[in-house]
Amino acid sequence: MHDNEHASHDHEESFIRKYIFSLDHKTIGKQFLIYGLIMFFVGGGLALLFRWQLAYPDQPLPIIGASQQYIDEGEVVTGADRMWERIYESDKEEWLEVSMPSGVITPEFYNMLFTMHATIMVFFVVVPILVGAFGNFLIPLMIGTRDMAFPILNMLSFWLAVLAAIVMVMGFFVPGGHASAGWTGYAPLSSDAQWTGVEWGLNLWAISLLLQGFSSLVGSINYITTIINMRAPGMTFFRMPLVIWSLFIVAILLLLAFPVLSSALALLIFDRLAGTTFFSATAEGGGDPLLWQHLFWFFGHPEVYILILPGMGIASELIPVFSRKPIFGYRSMVYAMIAIAFLGWIVWGHHMFQSGMRSGMGNFFMTTTMLIAVPSAIKTFNWLGTMFRGSIRFTTPMLHGIAFVSMFVIGGLSGIYMANTPVDVYIHDTYFIVAHIHYVVFGGSLFAIFGGIIFWFPKMYGRYMNDALSKIHFWLTFIAFNCTFFPMHILGVGAHMRRIANPTQYEYLQGFEGMNIFITMSAFTLGFAQLILVFNFFWSMYKGKAAEQNPWQVNTLEWEAPTPVPHGNFGQIPTVYRGPYEYSVPGEESDWIPQAEPEHAPATSGD
Amino acid sequence: MLDQWLPENVSTFGQGVDNLFHAIYWLTLVVFILVIGTLIVFLIKYRHQEGKKADYIEGSTTLEIVWTAATTVIVFVLAMFSYPQWNNIKSPTQFPENPDVVVQVSGKQFNWDMTYPGPDNEFGTDDDLVLENELHVPVNAVVHIRLTSVDVIHSFFVPQLRLKQDALPNRFINVWFEATKAGRYEIPCAELCGFGHSGMLGYLNVHTQADYDAWVQERWP
Repeated sequence: MHDNEHASHDHEESFIRKYIFSLDHKTIGKQFLIYGLIMFFVGGGLALLFRWQLAYPDQPLPIIGASQQYIDEGEVVTGADRMWERIYESDKEEWLEVSMPSGVITPEFYNMLFTMHATIMVFFVVVPILVGAFGNFLIPLMIGTRDMAFPILNMLSFWLAVLAAIVMVMGFFVPGGHASAGWTGYAPLSSDAQWTGVEWGLNLWAISLLLQGFSSLVGSINYITTIINMRAPGMTFFRMPLVIWSLFIVAILLLLAFPVLSSALALLIFDRLAGTTFFSATAEGGGDPLLWQHLFWFFGHPEVYILILPGMGIASELIPVFSRKPIFGYRSMVYAMIAIAFLGWIVWGHHMFQSGMRSGMGNFFMTTTMLIAVPSAIKTFNWLGTMFRGSIRFTTPMLHGIAFVSMFVIGGLSGIYMANTPVDVYIHDTYFIVAHIHYVVFGGSLFAIFGGIIFWFPKMYGRYMNDALSKIHFWLTFIAFNCTFFPMHILGVGAHMRRIANPTQYEYLQGFEGMNIFITMSAFTLGFAQLILVFNFFWSMYKGKAAEQNPWQVNTLEWEAPTPVPHGNFGQIPTVYRGPYEYSVPGEESDWIPQAEPEHAPATSGD
Repeated sequence: MLDQWLPENVSTFGQGVDNLFHAIYWLTLVVFILVIGTLIVFLIKYRHQEGKKADYIEGSTTLEIVWTAATTVIVFVLAMFSYPQWNNIKSPTQFPENPDVVVQVSGKQFNWDMTYPGPDNEFGTDDDLVLENELHVPVNAVVHIRLTSVDVIHSFFVPQLRLKQDALPNRFINVWFEATKAGRYEIPCAELCGFGHSGMLGYLNVHTQADYDAWVQERWP
């Protein structure tokens, strides 16, 4: 373990040790953040491709698609036509020719697109950013220690994730194309290549997720050990900031849930490569396709809470700081998160209401699932209670915090429809669930991520992000997000199935063509709005306004460290005297008292 | 609002589904308006104003108990109303007995095979009739469906019946319905089943009793 002596050896390190194979938790956190942002663009780009297909089924893509004359008569008109002409004339079977001849997305490629969009967003964007980036950067700083318990494991965790991403992206370019059985990979569609024609793509998908599983496992062991053993003097469990609580709970969920997915993936690989039949039922005997669903969702539902709990944690930091008030009901916030994490283990069957599970189980899983409304309501009301009689500053991180709460309310309420078994009979596998998941994971987690990036950027890079750009990004994202995903509820009520490539094939969906076009246009706006964020991120890293040590006047320990935070974080390890949310304490001159401020000290000036 | 988008219901149990759908719709709408309304009021009323400090409030045990209890009660009441509807649709022990028609529906990439047992009412005999993608049933009659698949998982979905059930290979799952209105309805596959998933589509033809009898007469003279 680290001691004070170690930190004073602040020796110069080589570029490779400092920025590539770094052992410093802050650098690894930033690496995860940039990794997540890059994958965010890959995942988002895939979504825009299939959104085009949904709005304009079987029409060539803009810019790279061939012209109608070329498709009909072979007459080269545009530059894109010339490109397609070259591709068709070459003897080699080009990748574009297979996946989107003349710029028209094939049904096979369409299935790969939505499969990989979800896989990448869940496993390579939201978890790496929330857990990898914020977890690594914040845990040692906020509990007041010099680094993670196991720095080498920490580095291993990042580079395993990079390897996993490389394997995952490679899958697009192997013969037969990428995995196309959905991110849930339901067997036997996934377990036998004859049903999709996908050979190595799906194997690579499984191998990549196995690697990502190891990365998460290593990371979660590190987080749990660090939080239990390395808290600064005086930092009791109930003085920890709520974001640390959320990351602690999530690390436990990851530790317990990911091995279940890993086992399922190993069995899937056996089925595909060694001829076993764990997940396929044949007349001669063998396994059961439902086994895959049970294993996948026994992992998958805790995974959903892994995606949202750190978002709740971040919102619970932003809202008190910018309301200048203690969090309302600190302990009940902690217990609510623990309750959500616990319930997460006994609700997986709600993904399987229509799968042929015994009907009595439907009643059990409906009850447990709807019970999640209780801790979720507690959290929502406590966030409102925090703003009550506060002094609210509408900074950009706070706008994201408010957006998080309001989008989470919509996502939570739409969950009740899905949890209700009779209604689920109808809306299962429709766009209603697509709307629900995006309100929770985009409206929830991603708004928290954006808010968190802007909030902690001054501590990460010593500079502010440009506020005008941040505000434009916020409003564009907020509006385009709602225009993209709210109408999907309506599609769901109209029984518009998810994962269909061409809605115009169905008579009863004819009326939704205009809505699909509107959603696609909003999705493109949403995608382009994210370019503002990334430009702002990298521009501000070098050109942003220099930030002082504690620009938002926050109590928690990360702001005690100098900016930029040196190797070893703190000159002397701070001692903690109080909880993290002592804002506007009566009788104090200043409206904030840092956790490390000794008792009876003269109040510091608030400005 | 909801009725504007919901397809017409034509099954006996569909009304129960729609009633719950409406109840949840109104419940969530009211909660949404209250929560977001409160949020907006707070944002305006408690915005930062010069010289005004926030109040130091750490929480309220009474309020925590109130909203925990209130949410729990609402959840259980909603659950109580939902169990019978669900059992009615999906619990084989509660299906109406003595069905008027029994059909085996089998999904295969990318069609629905409808197998009628014929006059002897037994599957696997010579008088079986297999139709691709066309299901014929009489109106106001109890229909039992033996759902299965020959390859991957498909999902039998008839939006107007408010009925959906996955079809699994090597497993027979029974579902039932009673259609209340003659007509021709689409049967999309709702579970991803491969590159032809989009467009995997059958038709449910609900006939008047006379038309159905004529159809039977024509098939099994």
